[in-house]
Amino acid sequence: MSDQFSGARTNAPETPPAFQAIDAHAAYDGVPVLNGVDLRIPAGQTMAVLGPNGSGKSTLMRAMLGIVPLTSGEIRIHGTPLRRFRDWKRIGYVPQRLTAGGAVPATVHEIVASGQVARRRRLSLSTKADRAAVEDALAAVDLSDRAGDAVRELSGGQQQRVLIARALAGRPDTFVMDEPMAGVDAENQRALARAIARLREQGSTVVLVLHELGPLENVIERAVVLEHGRPIHDGAPPEATGECARPGHEHQHPHPDPNDPDPRVASTDVNAEIVRLEVPHRD
Amino acid sequence: MTELLQYEFMRRALIAAVLVGLVTPVIGTFLVQRRLALLGDGIGHVALTGVALGLMTSTSPVVTAAVVATLGAVLMELVRVRTRTSGDVALALLFYGGIAGGVLLIGLTPGASNATLTSFLFGSVSTVAEEDIWVVGVLAVGVLAILAIFGRELFVLCQDEEVARAHGLPVRFLSILLAVTAALTVVIAMRVVGVLMVSALMIVPVAAAQQLSRSFRVTMGLAVLIGLLSSVGGLTTAFYSDLAPGATIVLLALAVYCVAVVAGGVLRRATKGHGVAPPSGDPTDTMLQTDRGKVTP
Repeated sequence: MSDQFSGARTNAPETPPAFQAIDAHAAYDGVPVLNGVDLRIPAGQTMAVLGPNGSGKSTLMRAMLGIVPLTSGEIRIHGTPLRRFRDWKRIGYVPQRLTAGGAVPATVHEIVASGQVARRRRLSLSTKADRAAVEDALAAVDLSDRAGDAVRELSGGQQQRVLIARALAGRPDTFVMDEPMAGVDAENQRALARAIARLREQGSTVVLVLHELGPLENVIERAVVLEHGRPIHDGAPPEATGECARPGHEHQHPHPDPNDPDPRVASTDVNAEIVRLEVPHRD
Repeated sequence: MTELLQYEFMRRALIAAVLVGLVTPVIGTFLVQRRLALLGDGIGHVALTGVALGLMTSTSPVVTAAVVATLGAVLMELVRVRTRTSGDVALALLFYGGIAGGVLLIGLTPGASNATLTSFLFGSVSTVAEEDIWVVGVLAVGVLAILAIFGRELFVLCQDEEVARAHGLPVRFLSILLAVTAALTVVIAMRVVGVLMVSALMIVPVAAAQQLSRSFRVTMGLAVLIGLLSSVGGLTTAFYSDLAPGATIVLLALAVYCVAVVAGGVLRRATKGHGVAPPSGDPTDTMLQTDRGKVTP
């Protein structure tokens, strides 16, 4: 790993990295997905994990949060081995989902407030600060006026914003977002890019799994490109010399025109992505 | 209603019906959200073996059912996690093992007859003994306390297990806790509606409440109201019309569900003009109108 990317931007040198993967291996049903990933993400960095479908980029993020167990290797979060890590209120996770709802209806406010589960004590009532954090999170994604609506009544892009607001509501300083732009139309993508830029200004660590940089081009400080469960590029974000010129970028489906506001194209994109992520090494 | 209260057995039956109507929809809301609507059904089958063990050993069937149903729930949860691919088949094996074991053991018990079996399969609220009421009461308080303490974590778990893990929540513990709580609820409801219909009281009031609500809390509250209405109303109706109480209660809940579906449809049409946007369908028309895309963190 080159030195220019291992130094934290806003933290003292002795601050442990937000995430550290040491020779990480993971497999789904015996099929290897991560084949020895070494990765150090300094606190305060805004970085993207890129790669083709099935490259293991989503699995890497989920392994770093303990959602997917490693078959060998080690993960450290803020310097603590994953198994002993208890400071979960520092982590905000945005999963890759088409919808934010469960089987029972829930309001936008209920979902967003549930993001505080790691910082609230059992049987405690919400404090003024808790409620303020929920209000701020809703305002940050411009959904304050939809707080009382059922999540399932919102559009796909709005539900994605609900998931981001849920991560914000816990006031974490470390964010992991799995394809937050998927299924979101161009205008909302730019809006989300501004929100992520704001998190970066606040000194938060932001790790994004992305299919393409898109409007985040100027926000991302560092990009790691995975292929077959191994990093093949680590450094400055790949140059935007045409969509298909990017390292590790394999196109199996048409891309929506970034200027085309029709989100249906993007939604189909997500469907394809999700199915493919469940079937590693199909590429 | 006064005539009803003259009878000692009906007073006990009404207490049992109130407890059941109150507790079952609360746990049912979490089960429906977790898409485990049939878990209660499976536990009900297993509980029958517990009942039979109680009858055989002359201990309270409610207590032995609670023990066996709890063990069954833990086993089911472990099976569900371990065998991802054939989980439903494994659960089915457990269901049939539970009910077959129950039938076999009741048949072996001296003094127990088909009538005994029927009373546990389909409920016999009028034969609830005083000690049963105490056991059921304690279980009901326990279930509500568990849900009050762990409700916030269970909400996240049932909403999205992956997010629960990323919050560092004890996912396995919470899953087993939910299954055990469901098992205790099954035992509470068993005497009133029987092990074969026990799941109906967990699920049907929630399904009805969903039609009329947009929030989790309101769904749960409405489901409790519908549960109480069905259990107390059904028991009363059964008493005056000489009907089977368990079946009357379940059919009343289903009737409320049908009314709620129609009322919900009318309500949505009245408030939306063109209906509710489908969950992940074509979002263009709502998105372009409402998404202003301003983000100001």
